[in-house]
Amino acid sequence: MTAAPAANAQTQTAPATASRGYWAGVGRRLVRNRLAMVCLAILVLIVLAAIFAPYIAPHDPYRGSMIRRLRPIGTDGYPLGTDELGRDMLTRLIYGGRLSLFIGIVPVLNAFVIGTALGVVAGFVGGKVNMAIMRTIDVFYAFPSVLLAIAISGALGAGIFNSIISLTVVFIPPIARVAESVTTQVRNLDFVDAARASGAGSFTIIRVHVLGNVMGPVFVYATSLVSVSMILAAGLSFLGLGVKPPEPEWGLMLNTLRTAIYSQPYVAALPGAMIFAVSICFNLFSDALRSAMDVKV
Amino acid sequence: MLKPAEDRGGPAQPLLTVRNLVKHFPVRGGVLGRTTAVVQAVDGVDFDVAKGETLGIVGESGCGKSTTARLLIRLIEPDAGEVLFDGQALGEVDGGLTLSELRRQTQMVFQDSFASLNPRLTIEDTIAFGPKVHGLADKDARARARDLLGKVGLNPDLFGRRYPHELSGGQRQRVNIARALALAPRLVLLDESVSALDKSVEAQVLNLLQDLKAEFGLTYVFISHDLNVVRYMSDRVMVMYLGRVAEIGPVEELYANPRHPYTRALLSAMPSMDPDRRTQEAPIAGDPPNPINPPSGCRFHTRCPFAEDVCGKAVPALTATKADPAHRVACHMIDAASGHSKAGSLA
Amino acid sequence: MFQYLIKRLIYAVPIALGVSLVCFLMVHIAPGDPLVSVLPPDASLDLQNQLREAYGFDKPLPMQFLLWVWRALGGDLGYSIATGRPVAAEVWRAFGNTFMLAVLAAMFGFVVGGIFGFVAGYWRDTWIDRVASGLSVVGVSVPHYWMGMVLVIVFSVQLNWLPATGAGPGGSADWVWDWEHVKYLIMPALTMSVIPLGIVARSVRALVADILSQEFVDALRAKGLTDAGVLLHVVKNAAPTALAVMGLQLGYLLGGSILIETVFAWPGTGFLLGNAIFQRDLPLLQGTILVLAMFFVSLNLLVDIVQTWLDPRIKRA
Repeated sequence: MTAAPAANAQTQTAPATASRGYWAGVGRRLVRNRLAMVCLAILVLIVLAAIFAPYIAPHDPYRGSMIRRLRPIGTDGYPLGTDELGRDMLTRLIYGGRLSLFIGIVPVLNAFVIGTALGVVAGFVGGKVNMAIMRTIDVFYAFPSVLLAIAISGALGAGIFNSIISLTVVFIPPIARVAESVTTQVRNLDFVDAARASGAGSFTIIRVHVLGNVMGPVFVYATSLVSVSMILAAGLSFLGLGVKPPEPEWGLMLNTLRTAIYSQPYVAALPGAMIFAVSICFNLFSDALRSAMDVKV
Repeated sequence: MLKPAEDRGGPAQPLLTVRNLVKHFPVRGGVLGRTTAVVQAVDGVDFDVAKGETLGIVGESGCGKSTTARLLIRLIEPDAGEVLFDGQALGEVDGGLTLSELRRQTQMVFQDSFASLNPRLTIEDTIAFGPKVHGLADKDARARARDLLGKVGLNPDLFGRRYPHELSGGQRQRVNIARALALAPRLVLLDESVSALDKSVEAQVLNLLQDLKAEFGLTYVFISHDLNVVRYMSDRVMVMYLGRVAEIGPVEELYANPRHPYTRALLSAMPSMDPDRRTQEAPIAGDPPNPINPPSGCRFHTRCPFAEDVCGKAVPALTATKADPAHRVACHMIDAASGHSKAGSLA
Repeated sequence: MFQYLIKRLIYAVPIALGVSLVCFLMVHIAPGDPLVSVLPPDASLDLQNQLREAYGFDKPLPMQFLLWVWRALGGDLGYSIATGRPVAAEVWRAFGNTFMLAVLAAMFGFVVGGIFGFVAGYWRDTWIDRVASGLSVVGVSVPHYWMGMVLVIVFSVQLNWLPATGAGPGGSADWVWDWEHVKYLIMPALTMSVIPLGIVARSVRALVADILSQEFVDALRAKGLTDAGVLLHVVKNAAPTALAVMGLQLGYLLGGSILIETVFAWPGTGFLLGNAIFQRDLPLLQGTILVLAMFFVSLNLLVDIVQTWLDPRIKRA
């Protein structure tokens, strides 16, 4: 080592704060947001209840009884009443979380993986590949989301699997668009050129330099879609296009209880309140995550 | 451990030989996105870079300096022309240079110290990335990164695990220099590498670059719009105007006896500390013409105080001056046979 | 501007074609022979072959597609299996009802959402902002079909003020703008207006806050402009973006009316879709979706053009 760099070394003082990774900072900011933490707690509670449903639910979710149909809220032994087939509402709401969350979240996860892959490839490769991918995406974007979901579900027929497919197709285009635009921005930054100048191939550059910078904003965007997805998935079941009876699922329960709005209006409204609670918690949590990550999509 | 590649042609062979380099960028527009125009970013550029020297490239923004650098390291593909690295062209049938090898031997330091570092990687990871791509084990690559951090004046224990946003601009540019050196290159392209730094920091980094050059036996292509800095750093200087070479020569000769009217205008616009060397030439008026439709003939003729008919018609060739054959100028006033009324007056 | 117009129109053609392709393929991704979906279940073999030829199902797929597009351009969307009536006529009748509902809901949602957003953005980070923003989060999070049910429970079941379902006293034959009919419209429109309300409020809030933070507003204030004057400038600057958001939202309402129309038995396109799904009436499903999607594409085009015309900053080349 020559003398000069050594002399330089003394002039370079390190920043005062201890070095933290990006995610540690995000976590810290998130924990400080009280509203977000309340929402997270509610979501965790609902998820845990759904997972451990057999241990905490007071009754069998499938067994009803004709003699105790449509009991009001506050009935002895049935704190949230019974449904049109005499099944315990509390039990079915707890169990209902399983399918409702599943069919609401899985499409967004699928779309996150597929949409990010499409968007990153389109944004990174550019040119004709970009044209082919993004113009195809534009076609699906040209449908209002509810209509597209119903078109695909309506053609494929009812069922959990079909409803997941249709919602996945609905959420791929917006996610791919966000991923493409973020990738295009990242691709034009000098560090990608520097990586290429280091002799790295496209695959390595995407893996090491692009994905890490694209996934964050796209993930935040995807979390904001979960709430829409929950409402749409339950909506498909509500229309008879998703989960089939007698499975407990909030959208389907809301549909079958519609006939009961004159006799037990409060009981009939309960499943929708669950969808609402989950949806608003996801929305508020996603907002908090966005500001904690300081992402502008 | 990565070692610099063997010298092939001996000290007399230029490390870099560039002949008639051309890059035109299409401009898409219109109803169907057809190519409606081309930007002639680099249009027939010739120069050599000798082993161990620093070639400075100066010119206004948009003159093709940065495009030239990116062409040299093949971040963009040239449309035409020849680039020989130590006598070897890229991908020649036998004995040719592979792209990966070219990029190992040529490295680049960019202007924007922040945009050229991945915000999600630590400093150490960023420097170790290149060596890993070239097959070094993770442990060895990290050791190399830490070693280089020391060489650029950053304590590896203090800085290695930090992220770019935790560093100052000067510190980040040191990291970029370390990253460029990680592959043991022979040629380093410095594209406005110190332009964004504060003056005091700039001086430190320039001195660091000089020290590293001596220590590792590097060759530099130093691109800047700052004439003082170029003079301080370079052995020879090339002046570019709208994608072409206007003048090239040894630094002291060029600064003392600039021939091309453009070079003279540039130098006269440079603030001088010496009251006896007052501005004599009129500064150039206006902005450079649009490179989409560059002027015909000599590209400077639209702004040149000596322009005549011939200047708009014929492209002047790079011609050596009588005083110094290494000093070459592309101006009709140099060439005695050009037909310019002052032909030969500058020679 | 003219060149932009041409460019935008040309760009819309492949999108429209792609949209029709998706609609066309719907019948083909449906499980089973596409013919089965257009046949009454007790059709004879003779009739099957006759129909196969009539529908062009014996031709290769690309040929069928072109044929189908050609017929659709001429207004022929096939026949409903359930009713036997032409799909185009069914859709046309229902579309009027949905359009009325959507426009009313959009107007209400835009006005209320716009006021919420404006107030929140203008008095940013005050209690007004928090209340308005909170309400708009509720707006985007509430399952609107559930909200419709809740409204029915409150205003029909409990208070008995408004009718729960339908579009008029004696069935849904003719619409008249009198109280007897309008009271059927109130709850569906109110429910539907919640969909754009939250999004419009959020967009307007962000827009107003963004514009207020720009330097030209400080310059206006420095010039001695009153608050009202500044307000006018902000409204003028926010209008093009707000308009784009609103145009898209109207399209979403038209395409997304199915859940609300199911809840209120409102005889629009959504109700038609619901019936088509329930009876697996694929020609009706396909035709309705095609019409709605095409309307959405045209609306997008219109919004783009108007936005470009209003906002000089958007490049028109």
